[in-house]
Amino acid sequence: MLLYEYEGRFILELYDIEKPKGYLARDPREVFTYVKLLGGRAFLKAQVLGSGRKRAGGVIFVNSPTVGEEVARKLFESEVLGQRVSRILVVKPVDILSEIYVGFIVNPVKCTVSLLASPYGGIDVEELSKRKLLRIEIDPLIGLTDFTKRETFKFLNLPKPLFAEFSALLEKLYEIFNDYDCEFLEVNPLALTRDQRLIVIDFRMSIDDNSLFRHPDFESEYLSRLSEREVVARKFKFSLVELDGDVGVIGNGAGLTMATMDLIVDLGMRPAFFLDIGGGASSDRVREAVKIALSYPKVKGLFINILGGITRCDEVARGIVEALEVSKHKKPMVVRLSGTNEEEGRRILESNGIKYFTSMEEAIEEAAKLFGEANGDTSRQSN
Amino acid sequence: MGILVDSQTKVLVQGITGREGSFHTRLMLDYGTKIAAGVTPGKGGLSVHGVPVYDSIREALEEHPDINASVVFVPARFAKDAVLEAITNGIKLVVVITEHIPLHDELSMIRYAKLMGVTIIGPNTPGIINPSEKCKVGIMPAKFFKEGNVGLISRSGTLAYEVARRLSEAGLGISTFVGLGGDPVVGLSMVDATHLFNKDPHTKCLVVIGEIGGVMEERLADYLLRNPVKKPIVAFIAGRSAPKGKRMGHAGAIAYSGEGTAESKIRKLKEAGVPIANTVNDIIRLVTRSIE
Repeated sequence: MLLYEYEGRFILELYDIEKPKGYLARDPREVFTYVKLLGGRAFLKAQVLGSGRKRAGGVIFVNSPTVGEEVARKLFESEVLGQRVSRILVVKPVDILSEIYVGFIVNPVKCTVSLLASPYGGIDVEELSKRKLLRIEIDPLIGLTDFTKRETFKFLNLPKPLFAEFSALLEKLYEIFNDYDCEFLEVNPLALTRDQRLIVIDFRMSIDDNSLFRHPDFESEYLSRLSEREVVARKFKFSLVELDGDVGVIGNGAGLTMATMDLIVDLGMRPAFFLDIGGGASSDRVREAVKIALSYPKVKGLFINILGGITRCDEVARGIVEALEVSKHKKPMVVRLSGTNEEEGRRILESNGIKYFTSMEEAIEEAAKLFGEANGDTSRQSN
Repeated sequence: MGILVDSQTKVLVQGITGREGSFHTRLMLDYGTKIAAGVTPGKGGLSVHGVPVYDSIREALEEHPDINASVVFVPARFAKDAVLEAITNGIKLVVVITEHIPLHDELSMIRYAKLMGVTIIGPNTPGIINPSEKCKVGIMPAKFFKEGNVGLISRSGTLAYEVARRLSEAGLGISTFVGLGGDPVVGLSMVDATHLFNKDPHTKCLVVIGEIGGVMEERLADYLLRNPVKKPIVAFIAGRSAPKGKRMGHAGAIAYSGEGTAESKIRKLKEAGVPIANTVNDIIRLVTRSIE
């Protein structure tokens, strides 16, 4: 779960880390007030997730409250990085001498935490790696050592008297990284000011979704960001990813569902969503999943690919039939059903007039006939 | 033969009294797996499908000193402690079935395992099965895995079942199937598993099922360029059509523009001389051809 900058700033506050003074505004009028409070000059920072916000026009300098209000009005009506702007952070400008990059990220290959640092802050880390980037692996069982702090400090070429301050800052950031179960955390840039202070200008971090139970505040924020359909998915433990196309793809197991989606695309169809019902799904879970699947107006048909192992085909078939009974939306579907209790599953489908296949290939071909572009073309021709 | 588990494997089930733990204990016993004991703190003295339950691993080992593997069904928030208990008590193979374990927990338990010379399979894995030795330490449906000479390595469960079943139908079977797990951080890697299969005389050919996310497939490609593996390898990468920045079911299945894409994995594996199958049919065809 990515945090918004203003959420990250709350955490910085808790750890007593220095950042520019700022206020969170929800409308242009508030922006006017805050720019005025900050002395008439400020940066307006659109609260959106993801990197590259500045390049996308999400960070704007204003030199008066009136200009601030005007700029904010436009910003609130626009999209930055594909997201509606509903909050703007108004911050006081800092007199910057140089900009630095510091970050921590989980290294899944080595099972360590990588410390990343660069004397060139303010640009994306991918770009930094082409210029000058330090990468030191931290053993999670040992933690951040003093010699690592010294090496990093020397690499960044900061003024010598700042070592104690830098070292304390690095320590606190690593603490946040662990306390909040971060996937990554980055300060970009960290500013060295003209009066020789270190100030966190921008801060991004992401909390591991599987750890949210340890962070109840962010867990409720996470839930509030989900769409209605995603809330149902979470409740019934299936995984749903919305896509741009018009053919719904349902499978059991992430790999099988992904492979099914790949085949759908290979045959010229476009998936509307990826829906993995997971292992050992009960008919309840399948019913809710299929109901959600049918509820998308853009979906012209469903492709369901089930290989029963722990999952039982009869449970799946029952779930599908139940969903069709209660759902207002009727759509064509192609079902591939094979594995544990397949005879019973097929009998259930058959007696409800649902077409099924044993092999994945045959099922996909049928789907291409029913949902593919070619089908649309022929029907137009025959009309 | 086969890798990592065989008829001499004596299994401890951690979390044996839970719904999943107890259900799969029965299935493993039915298959022929030798299960010596189970552990659930506070449930010592019970028995599950005839398997004695202990409060701690220390107590289990006192009565069953021949235990040499553990399978973990403990809920996510307690899984790290369970794995550390297994490692600390000297068990050298730990199969972690549990899904949704916090990332930092995985990091420290796998790091500790590496330092202590312990092999962790998973987390979030269906486990491992060796049909010729009648040993299954996991949750995969045994009927799809016929005895044979193909070593099967996979990051996903059901897709591997599909492949295993089709291999059996084609008259080929499995020497060992090992599920690496769907999380971004896992113990046994694709390179580790390939290395083990390469040394196993029973394995004639390898099938590697990867997916988007992480760099495991890329590292396998690098490994193959440096260490010639004589046995033919066929690879399949799921998620070619997945959009970037979206997690596709598995916590580890997420591609970013710079890393973890199917294109990058396919390109690197091809450069290392590994033929890439686009469909399950392709896998069977390529394996059949490579064995002939």
